[in-house]
Amino acid sequence: MMRITRKRAAVALAAVAALGLSACGSSSDGGGGGGAPKLDNSAIGSVASPSDAKGGTLKFGLAGEWGDTVDPGETYYGYSWDMLRNYARTLVVFKSEPGKAGLELTPDLAEDLGKSSDGGKTWTYTLKPGLKFEDGSPITSKDVKYAVLRSTDKKTFPNGPAYFEGMLNLPKGYDGPYRSKGMNTDSAIETPDDSTIVFHLKTPFAGFDYLAQLPQTAPVPQAKDTGAKYKNHVISSGPYMFQGNYNPTTGFTLVRNPNWDASTDPNRKALPDQMTVKVNMAPDDVDNQIIAGTLDVDIAGTGVQPAALTKVLKDQTLMNRADNPTIARLWYTSINPTVKPFDNIECRKAVEYGMSPRLYQNAYGGKFAGGEIASTVMPPMIPGYQDFDLYGVKDNPGGQEAKAKEALKACGQEGGFETTMGYRDDRPKEKATAEAFQQSLGKIGIKVTPKALPSGDYFSATCGLPSYVVKNNLGLCANGWGADWNDGYGFLSQIVDSRVIRETGGSSNTSVRIPEVDKMIDQATVEQDQAKRDELWGQIDKRVMEEAVIYPGVYAKSVLLRSKNTTNVFVNEAWGYYDYTAMGVKQ
Amino acid sequence: MEDPSLSHADPEAVLVGEKQIEGRSLSQIAWGKLRRDKVALAGGAFIVFLILVAILAPLIVKITGGPPNAYHEDLLSPYIPNIPAGDFGGMSWRHPMGLETVSGRDIFSRVLYGARISLLIAILATMLSVAIGTTVGIIAGFFGGWVDAILSRIMDMFLAFPLLVFAIALSGVFPDKAFGFSGLPLRLGLLIFVIGFFNWPYIGRIVRGQTISLREREYVEAARSLGARRPYILFTELLPNLLAPILVYSTLIIPTNILFEAALSFLGVGIPPPTASWGGMLADAVTFYTVPHFMFWPGLAIFATVLAFNLFGDGLRDAFDPRGR
Repeated sequence: MMRITRKRAAVALAAVAALGLSACGSSSDGGGGGGAPKLDNSAIGSVASPSDAKGGTLKFGLAGEWGDTVDPGETYYGYSWDMLRNYARTLVVFKSEPGKAGLELTPDLAEDLGKSSDGGKTWTYTLKPGLKFEDGSPITSKDVKYAVLRSTDKKTFPNGPAYFEGMLNLPKGYDGPYRSKGMNTDSAIETPDDSTIVFHLKTPFAGFDYLAQLPQTAPVPQAKDTGAKYKNHVISSGPYMFQGNYNPTTGFTLVRNPNWDASTDPNRKALPDQMTVKVNMAPDDVDNQIIAGTLDVDIAGTGVQPAALTKVLKDQTLMNRADNPTIARLWYTSINPTVKPFDNIECRKAVEYGMSPRLYQNAYGGKFAGGEIASTVMPPMIPGYQDFDLYGVKDNPGGQEAKAKEALKACGQEGGFETTMGYRDDRPKEKATAEAFQQSLGKIGIKVTPKALPSGDYFSATCGLPSYVVKNNLGLCANGWGADWNDGYGFLSQIVDSRVIRETGGSSNTSVRIPEVDKMIDQATVEQDQAKRDELWGQIDKRVMEEAVIYPGVYAKSVLLRSKNTTNVFVNEAWGYYDYTAMGVKQ
Repeated sequence: MEDPSLSHADPEAVLVGEKQIEGRSLSQIAWGKLRRDKVALAGGAFIVFLILVAILAPLIVKITGGPPNAYHEDLLSPYIPNIPAGDFGGMSWRHPMGLETVSGRDIFSRVLYGARISLLIAILATMLSVAIGTTVGIIAGFFGGWVDAILSRIMDMFLAFPLLVFAIALSGVFPDKAFGFSGLPLRLGLLIFVIGFFNWPYIGRIVRGQTISLREREYVEAARSLGARRPYILFTELLPNLLAPILVYSTLIIPTNILFEAALSFLGVGIPPPTASWGGMLADAVTFYTVPHFMFWPGLAIFATVLAFNLFGDGLRDAFDPRGR
């Protein structure tokens, strides 16, 4: 018996060794052979390892310092917003569900979504009963009003979103609750009772519910507010609260909030007993610790580093806990019509045809970590997305030399011309993109000179400054955009509206100046019917592409890795990475 | 010292009429020693080889490798993003060192063309340093006094300069067009200037020291007492004797300059893309460090070149060193 077992063991060992050898063989050929890697992807559109088991510690890691702040009035990073929902509740919130449902809004503090009157100028919300802060005091509509008002103070919170002060009908000269003490702000926000809050806007805005989901509507008790120092200990309204203080250089720990009532909150599962966030790690260290299981998630949500990517794509056990979501982010290149000869649409079209989409994709890291070849400005998951491909980029990944040359001829530039392409000097992917343009367009006679520009003032002093663009012959500028929230307004309004271009610089839009599009945006902004509104944004997208002022590049994708301990994992489409309110850990 | 009976004597006259002794000049002695130093000779041979390869690069890549900036995206793995298909970074007869990540450019061609950039910048920058350093060093050493004091302080100032930081800043603010140049030639000029202009004090100090020791030698005294003018003493009496140390230190500065250029290109402020340079290739390869084939070849090129120059320079120094006679 014993001998046979031994023999069997030996056979088994030999088989394992053979497997190991073949694995080595396939990995040593540099990834050429093997076959297409199969990423698990079960956390996209569905829940990976679903579970309702509570307890344990969910461990987050972050490369570098915490990007912005945890103060709901000022935070502006995607992962901050994803994480914030664990310690703060807003009037409405994106559904904590996999798939398209994640893009839908659902009431959180409020009983229902906003009710508009006055043609979209007035929005009313009613709070649920029994809501409490971490100290047990009740949450009232006045706390929400105070939170929104303090967030409009850009001297105290310079980096937060600026939608509320732009849209609310605030009294003239209002300078936030700290400096304009006692000023009557009922013209902007009314609180007729402790559970009702009414917003008054300057002009109608049909998508106000998207503003009501901003972290800025998370209630802040005025008595506990310490202004810029409030971030040290944000008073929780959600299922978790800060243990001690938040420190941007060392991280923080969240523990259960005893005063959170699950019956008021059907949207959050709150599985782990504790969440820890370790910051200031080396980027590759984060990946390696997730592979090893000493960390659970990279909170930044941008995907693994190139080093870990090659590791993951060669190892099926790692691929079994990797997901490859498409993110609502477009990596694109502005074709500036202010720079000659791009004032002629045919010359712009020559770029659309001549550039090789595959080289663009390669520059961003290929089809897994880089993205999908894009033919529109809006990525597919944005409501209103229309699937069109005006320049046939998807069918011609190598570019279309012949058509590009025709366009050049029509433009009167048969012999080609010279132009410069700007990119941010600390972004190797943008550098690779500029080189790809140089390579592709060189074939049709357009000589592109890549120009590295300082990242810090890319939009304020170089690529976003119209006079600099013209003076330096910057015909092309590498660019990228992700929305504050995923609808047509959130995605398009800042990058295709010509009125956001400032002659003094600072806008992400550098090339789209189409009066017709501006009119269409105004129309879509006030359209109350969501289906019609989405349709309008799709048309705007198409109109922009017809003018060939944007080369769409790629819809970003990332390779996300979760540790073997995580449960109940799914990608929330509102962020494009894991939903941090839903995850749990195995005990 | 100044014996009047000797003041009009021809120093060479002593030898006239005597039997010729096997007189060997300093350079003859040095060459004899260098010839026996196999390690230094190997370094020298590699340098010659490298210069030939750099000059002939356009011909060599016709045989294998192809144009250095041509993309081969079709040879990248369809599955593992940005990594060339095939063993060892896509090695083949057509691409003997494999292909770069992301673009699929031929590494062999780019290493060859990178040698042109590296050598051009390093050698020209060294010449600039030597020209300035020698001039200032001789003047400081020969004249002494307040001239020496001022020039020496200036050298100290240059030595204290945070060169790397300055180079990064200058590359950032420098315009695209200047002095009638633009693009690559302008960048090359800028790099040569930055590297050469800020390194001259190293040569300057050595030349100054040598000059001070030489100017008190008897033959200089003799020339001076014979009424030789300063330029004559400087160029005819001093400079030939300074050539040896200048040559030795030039050979040792070149590898430092190669490394400095590579560092600047690595940091993205050196040679603009897509022109091949070793530092730039390393920068592209570093995000793929788990597949080390791509940093191996440019890394090896830098390593071998710097080592060759150092070995040759050390050999040269030993050969000229009178104590080692």
